[in-house]
Amino acid sequence: MVTTAVRSSSVELRDIHVSFGTLEVLRGVDLKVESGRTTCVIGPSGSGKSTLLRCVNRLQEPDSGDLLLDGESVIRSDPDALRQRVGMVFQHFNLFGHRTVLDNIVLPLRSVKKLSKEEAAAIARARLADVGLADKAPYRPSALSGGQQQRVAIARALAMDPEVMLFDEATSALDPELVKGVLNLMAGLASRGLTLIVVTHEMGFARSVADEVAFMDAGRIVEQGPPAQIFDEPQSPRLQRFLSQVL
Amino acid sequence: MDDFVNTFLNWDYISQVLPDLLKTGLLNTLILSVSSALIGTVLGMLLAVMGLSTKWWLRWPARVYTDIFRGLPAILTILLIGQGLGTLARDVVGTNPYPMGILALSLIAAAYIGEIFRSGIQSVDKGQMEASRALGMSYTKSMLLVIIPQGVRRVLPALVNQFIALVKDSSLVYVLGLLSGQRELFRIGQDLAANTGNLSPLVAAGVFFLVITVPLTHLVNYIDKKLRTGRKVRADDPDDSDPVEIGPGGRVSTW
Repeated sequence: MVTTAVRSSSVELRDIHVSFGTLEVLRGVDLKVESGRTTCVIGPSGSGKSTLLRCVNRLQEPDSGDLLLDGESVIRSDPDALRQRVGMVFQHFNLFGHRTVLDNIVLPLRSVKKLSKEEAAAIARARLADVGLADKAPYRPSALSGGQQQRVAIARALAMDPEVMLFDEATSALDPELVKGVLNLMAGLASRGLTLIVVTHEMGFARSVADEVAFMDAGRIVEQGPPAQIFDEPQSPRLQRFLSQVL
Repeated sequence: MDDFVNTFLNWDYISQVLPDLLKTGLLNTLILSVSSALIGTVLGMLLAVMGLSTKWWLRWPARVYTDIFRGLPAILTILLIGQGLGTLARDVVGTNPYPMGILALSLIAAAYIGEIFRSGIQSVDKGQMEASRALGMSYTKSMLLVIIPQGVRRVLPALVNQFIALVKDSSLVYVLGLLSGQRELFRIGQDLAANTGNLSPLVAAGVFFLVITVPLTHLVNYIDKKLRTGRKVRADDPDDSDPVEIGPGGRVSTW
């Protein structure tokens, strides 16, 4: 596991609205994640979880609302600078298919952080070792299993030294037997004090790793609290119904 | 049979045309097609990127350009540009129609190559751009380092096909009335065929075209096969079970 100290930041979303045409996907969402804490976002498909997550690194620009990183508004700042501080891991890994595993990590380090070839390669190898895939450095991503690819994607995001990590259904595309390795890795990051926002269908993970769980439905956060409260004493009928279907 | 040989394969005429084909025709055909392939590729990439822009004032000109140059017969474009622009730009390029022929071929090729590149770039999964942007790379850097390399790779066979078409279409510049030393393969064959009333020089010219195009065709097949099978190399043990340690204070063991 990574042993270096992490610098993490708090994240705050204020009254976020997003519409796609006439469809209101987010209808005024507030979410605060303290530095070093883990928040899991759960809810049915189409509830706006992924859109909310994508607002945090502004892959989705909100129509209105504010985004604060470490207490400062970054809604109008340079998005590329914001994204250097906020790493993201996707459902479908999105490794660069034309590059080797090592080069997938070296490429952004060189092009964004302007590191030399040697510096970048050294960091890339260290992060690959962290996720247990040092020996896969020279392979193409397509030669790796889904779980391995996702771990490379996590290593790639971590190599940029982010203050916050976003996980967008990171295990949904994986075969069941490969899910655990990725979840273990994410739990390790949480315990190291990196700020995590995790959109997930893995209720077991949310219950045992999250500091906070937010339940979304129809573009709003309906209920939010510590996992024990959300899973054992759900208040709203919608959350009760959702839990009865997924647990 | 004798008639057939005499009509198409008369050695006297063939041996008469061979030196010109070798020294002048082959060289000019290669100059015309290679230079317009290079210019067409550069312009084509520009058109493709413009065509994919979210800005209408970039997208729209690329669209109109492509529609016009793909929609006109090559010979018409070559005449209009070769003679028309040649007259207008006399002060710059002189009365030599040769560079105008290259320009016309390049502009036509750009329209086709632009569409090839555009379809290649569009076929790249949009997750690639998202991942690249999420890492802090700008749109331009993402395009140059992530999207375009993958898109171009996929359309290499189509691109080489377009080069083959270009080699053949380069013969159309004969309509511009080039000097004797500027003639490409077709024109040299055609001139002797017209003088002698025998088709053998054209057959010889055709063989020269095939010498260029057939290897290119096989190159297409080779690339195609490579693209389809080359990626099947798998890691010797795609096994995912190697334990990932949980960091200090790891709170969980099972999900």
